[in-house]
Amino acid sequence: MAVQRHQRAPRPGLVLDIDRSTPPIVFHHGEGFRLERLPAGRSRVIYPAEPLPGLADPEAAIRDALLNPLDSDPLPALLRPGMKLTIAFDDISLPLPPMRRPDIRQRVIEQVLDMAAAAGVDDVHLIAALALHRRMTDDELRHALGDRVFDAFAPQGALYNHDAEDPDGMVTLGRTDHDELVTMNRRAAESDLLVYVNINLVAMDGGWKSTATGLADYWALRHHHNVHTMQHSRSFMDRPRSELHRSNWRQGEVIKANGPPIFQIETTVNNNTFGLDGPLAVLQKREWEWTARDRASFMAMQAGLKAMPGAGRRGVFGRWLAPYEMTSVQAGAVEPVHESTTANVLAQHLVPVQGQTDVLTMGLPYICPYNVNSVMNPILVMCLGLGYFFNLYRGKPLVREGGVVIMGHPTRWEFHPVHHPSYIDFFEQLLASTTDPAELESKYEEQFATDEWYVHLYRTGYAYHGVHPFYMWYWGAHALQWLGRVIIVGGDPKAVRRMGFQPASTLSDALEMASDVVGSSPTITHLHNPPILMADVE
Amino acid sequence: MIAESLAGKRIAITGATGFLGTALTERLLRCVPDCELVLVVRPGRRGAAQRVQRDVLRNDAFHRLRQQHDGEDPDAAAPKNSETYDEMTARRVRALAGDVGTDGLGLDDEGRALLSSCDIVIHSAATVNFDSALDDAVEVNLLGPARVAAVLDETGSGAHMIAVSTCYVAGSRRGAAPEQLVDDSPFFTDVGWRDEVDSARQARRDAEQASRRPERLEALAVQARRELGAAGIPALSEKVEGLRRRWVNDQMTAAGRARASSLGFPDAYAFTKALGERALAETRGSIPVSIVRPSIIESALAEPYPGWIRGFRMAEPVIAAYARGLLKEFPGVPEGIVDVIPVDLVVATILAVGARGPAEPGPDVTQVASGSVNPLKYGTLFDLVSGWFTEHPVYDEFNQPIPVPRWSFPGRGRVARQLHRAQRSLEAADRVLTALPLRGRHALMSATLEERRHQLERASEYVELYGAYAECEAIYQLERLMALWDSLDDSDRAEFCFDPRSVDWVHYVQQVHLPSMVEQARLKMAPGAGSGRTASRSSRLRRQVLDPQRHLAVFDLENTLIASNVVASYAWLATRDLDDLDRVRFAARTLAEAPRLLALDRRDRSDFLRYFYRRFEGASTDRLDTDCTEMLSDLILTKSFPQGIRRIREHRQAGHMTLLITGALDFVVEPLRPLFDHIVAAEMGSSDGVYDGRLLSVPPTGEARYQTLVDFAELHGLDLRESVAYADSTSDLPMMEAVGFPVAVNPETKLAALARRRGWLIEHWATSAGAPTKLLPMAPRVRAGVRRTALVGSA
Repeated sequence: MAVQRHQRAPRPGLVLDIDRSTPPIVFHHGEGFRLERLPAGRSRVIYPAEPLPGLADPEAAIRDALLNPLDSDPLPALLRPGMKLTIAFDDISLPLPPMRRPDIRQRVIEQVLDMAAAAGVDDVHLIAALALHRRMTDDELRHALGDRVFDAFAPQGALYNHDAEDPDGMVTLGRTDHDELVTMNRRAAESDLLVYVNINLVAMDGGWKSTATGLADYWALRHHHNVHTMQHSRSFMDRPRSELHRSNWRQGEVIKANGPPIFQIETTVNNNTFGLDGPLAVLQKREWEWTARDRASFMAMQAGLKAMPGAGRRGVFGRWLAPYEMTSVQAGAVEPVHESTTANVLAQHLVPVQGQTDVLTMGLPYICPYNVNSVMNPILVMCLGLGYFFNLYRGKPLVREGGVVIMGHPTRWEFHPVHHPSYIDFFEQLLASTTDPAELESKYEEQFATDEWYVHLYRTGYAYHGVHPFYMWYWGAHALQWLGRVIIVGGDPKAVRRMGFQPASTLSDALEMASDVVGSSPTITHLHNPPILMADVE
Repeated sequence: MIAESLAGKRIAITGATGFLGTALTERLLRCVPDCELVLVVRPGRRGAAQRVQRDVLRNDAFHRLRQQHDGEDPDAAAPKNSETYDEMTARRVRALAGDVGTDGLGLDDEGRALLSSCDIVIHSAATVNFDSALDDAVEVNLLGPARVAAVLDETGSGAHMIAVSTCYVAGSRRGAAPEQLVDDSPFFTDVGWRDEVDSARQARRDAEQASRRPERLEALAVQARRELGAAGIPALSEKVEGLRRRWVNDQMTAAGRARASSLGFPDAYAFTKALGERALAETRGSIPVSIVRPSIIESALAEPYPGWIRGFRMAEPVIAAYARGLLKEFPGVPEGIVDVIPVDLVVATILAVGARGPAEPGPDVTQVASGSVNPLKYGTLFDLVSGWFTEHPVYDEFNQPIPVPRWSFPGRGRVARQLHRAQRSLEAADRVLTALPLRGRHALMSATLEERRHQLERASEYVELYGAYAECEAIYQLERLMALWDSLDDSDRAEFCFDPRSVDWVHYVQQVHLPSMVEQARLKMAPGAGSGRTASRSSRLRRQVLDPQRHLAVFDLENTLIASNVVASYAWLATRDLDDLDRVRFAARTLAEAPRLLALDRRDRSDFLRYFYRRFEGASTDRLDTDCTEMLSDLILTKSFPQGIRRIREHRQAGHMTLLITGALDFVVEPLRPLFDHIVAAEMGSSDGVYDGRLLSVPPTGEARYQTLVDFAELHGLDLRESVAYADSTSDLPMMEAVGFPVAVNPETKLAALARRRGWLIEHWATSAGAPTKLLPMAPRVRAGVRRTALVGSA
């Protein structure tokens, strides 16, 4: 394992004002890129911080966290022979893209298992806490946990995916003071200790969301995965101002009272998404600092991608494993652990930004939490842009109310039939009648959520739950309410229009179209993401 | 006074369901208030009375009469009728079951007495199909009039018989054709009509026999297979028999045309009509006979209303084809005369002849035509038609007006050759497309091609059939007609006009005939609505299919719901435990076997399945169950048509029962069970947890599938006429024909053509864009846990 060392202190994120000498800016564009020139004098680009240094000795740091937890006895003190121990862990949606081996989950779980073995615990189950996501394949589990863990537990049936639709597999823990139902995976709920292993990629992850969401079912999730909650989370990336988190935290209170004891282990990674060297390193550099070699490698990459068919491009990007390094690990009681985690995430992501903008531009990359080893379908494009990217703010949205978001993505009318079957029907059938999240929710959510065929595919195949496309649409509900117009550059016009957005073939066309809403010389801000940044808007 | 002399009379009409017969019936009921009508019609399945009601009295010719009785009478001067239309017709019209194609007309004594009691018998029944079989034409046109006369003669009736013939009995010739009996004409080649009857009947027997010769049957079987594919033995044999009958009829049509032209007639119709006149004259006994010969009867000039027409007649298909831009040329000479006569003029002539009574010694001939007194030149007609369609163009499917071509009036041979060439090249293209394994939209292209081929075929038939008429330059003399006209008083002339000079051709063609004709032909005369015609038709059919009224939706699996087959699923299951080298060997072996498997499959699907499924012998049942769950995600769903799966679910939502019938093995389709209420699949025997490779029953394919469906519907009390069937190939034809709402999914060429012709819903379902692509249907390696024994040996 080669840990990359930084020669100099990483530079923080910055906001660059565009002038006539600024080179074209790289926009992610699905499995490809576009170079765009933004109008000088009224445009700015927000760059993410450079990767923070990783922990020099992650193994030691993990061990230290397990032995010196926050508000909790050391892990070994919680373990005893004959006990029921369940280790739940984050699923394939984290981190993004998947990281190089060894995955953080493997490092942490190996140490937890060593301590359990030392304490004589032999009833151990490992559960992928995927809520209503698709089941992880054997290969994906093996990648996340390593061969040793996989081979020791999978054949015995002690390593498996959470099944929120197993009629015997769920228990109700109670109701919150807001009358929200709290459910949990039966094995986890009936364990003497539940260890949760998390990877915090963005500020939304972790805390009570790990267990209250990851191990719950539709009937519990519906209390916070809904239009009202999402429209009242400003943003859902900022926990103190997030209704999503308030609801999860209330459910956490019920878990604390009626559920199993929880030992929460949270970790954070740095921004080293594309590597400091290698073929994609140029994506982490600022354009005006590109060397001749960077420019050449970028051009070569563009030419190579252009020559490839769609599936080939998807394969190339799908094989990319991020050289993420762990920047922190903390263990113990959920709340203090999560405080510390959030501080570490924000240290990497926050970039101060002065004031809002009329037009927010973003280049959407090839990946989002729900299309690992899969296809980025139009609904996921919407969710990534208007859900995740739009909400990567603290304070107030980067774009002013009534402003315009311009996103670049090919937005093809493409769906993975195994992973996203209910998305196809949602897109082709429901969106044809309405794109209003509240109407979709009230008219169709429960029908899709309880559909026998979707449930069958979720349980026995590798399908996202029937209700999942609704959540994707809700994730963008705050943005839909806030924005005056959404334009997608380079997308399949039919697919773009189906979602109620406007297609444009070039960025300048899109800016022209935006002028109806924001006037002829609006201010423009480009979110240069990923690597991930979160705007701290004053 | 025509109305007065006919009043109170009992008048029989044969051929009342025809164009002229309907017009006669209407005119008599409306203008001769006190006459009584006896309509001689073939009883058909419903009986004569029903046929008269449905096929005659409900025709829109009777609108005006019905208005006078039932509606608020717009004509205030007319006396108010106390009787309803139905009461009036019940009182005055009697249906008599009879058939001019049989000796004695097939009448019982009562019928004979009724016919015998008539004062006037108008014989207008004829087969006017220009391509009718020789013997049919002989029975009806040649023998029909003589048979009517014979019945009247035998029963000692004193009726005056008026036989409707045609001017074209004069044959194809130039110059004047006077109103004389055919054998009085110096141009008539005398042949014995009895000999012609005998030889026509013999020709039928010969053709029937020839059609049963082994080499003919073999050729027909090849043709049936080409059209239907592997549709199963019952469906194929039905098709062969249908083709055989058609072949015999084609032979008879050709025989008729050949015999007619050998004697100088334009076609079998004119030929048999001519001999019919001779036979009538010879055998009429003491019955007074008048013959009325119209030329080409066309839509009404004024009565019962301008433009009224029944059926798609002679000139209409030609004009429609021309307006659609199909007929680039038509034979004929611009100076030639098109002898057209509006139907109301013919009706008035017949009534005038009836009112006048027979002329001694008879039979007397009256021609009603326009050529000699008010000729319509072929070139003029063309200019009128093309002018009108230039102003009122027909629109194509893209909402673009179709320009009408200019004709250069070439000879008939050149036009025929041109059409023949176009037809030949289309036929060749069609053969190539049918042979290719095409599906869906490509297959539809071939269906379009076939449609064009049919249109061309029809166009060349017109040229062949009507070309002779267009080139006919005989001038039909009207001395008797005009003498009759001169004898009328003014009120008759006003009421029963048959003076051909009164027709203003410009007005008639452009104001009367064409507007009525385009409506009749349902030509698309305005843009709009139409561009989405197929789309709106499809969505209408789709609504019908999903209507809650339906009972059952039955689905085929392969290529209807998933783009995969039994070989692929076997390969997937078999490679699950193979290492890389064995996979290569397996692939090579399967590929080497492919041609043999394909040939077997094409010959007989169930034999193929039985043979192929033996490879599952010795496979563990538990293991296949587990693997099949995995295969759902790795193979079946990636190859599935999401729209198809959605359709199944929509049917369930609509409350229909859903049924999957497939030749695939039950354990393979088990993961699809939540989609369907019932699954009928091939079942394999097993013992001690191991499959024995033998099927428990005939796999549900082809006609076995049809039987399965019928049994299933009966068991569950479902009505197949209210059911929907989805399938992709003609091998499912028996099943699709069994239900009321068949849907062709991504049809292969043959089914595409069939579905299109029959107006079935056609769906184009595709695998999801974005589905992972696999070059070969092989399973991902099993790595976890214990190594299992492979399903196939590692050879």
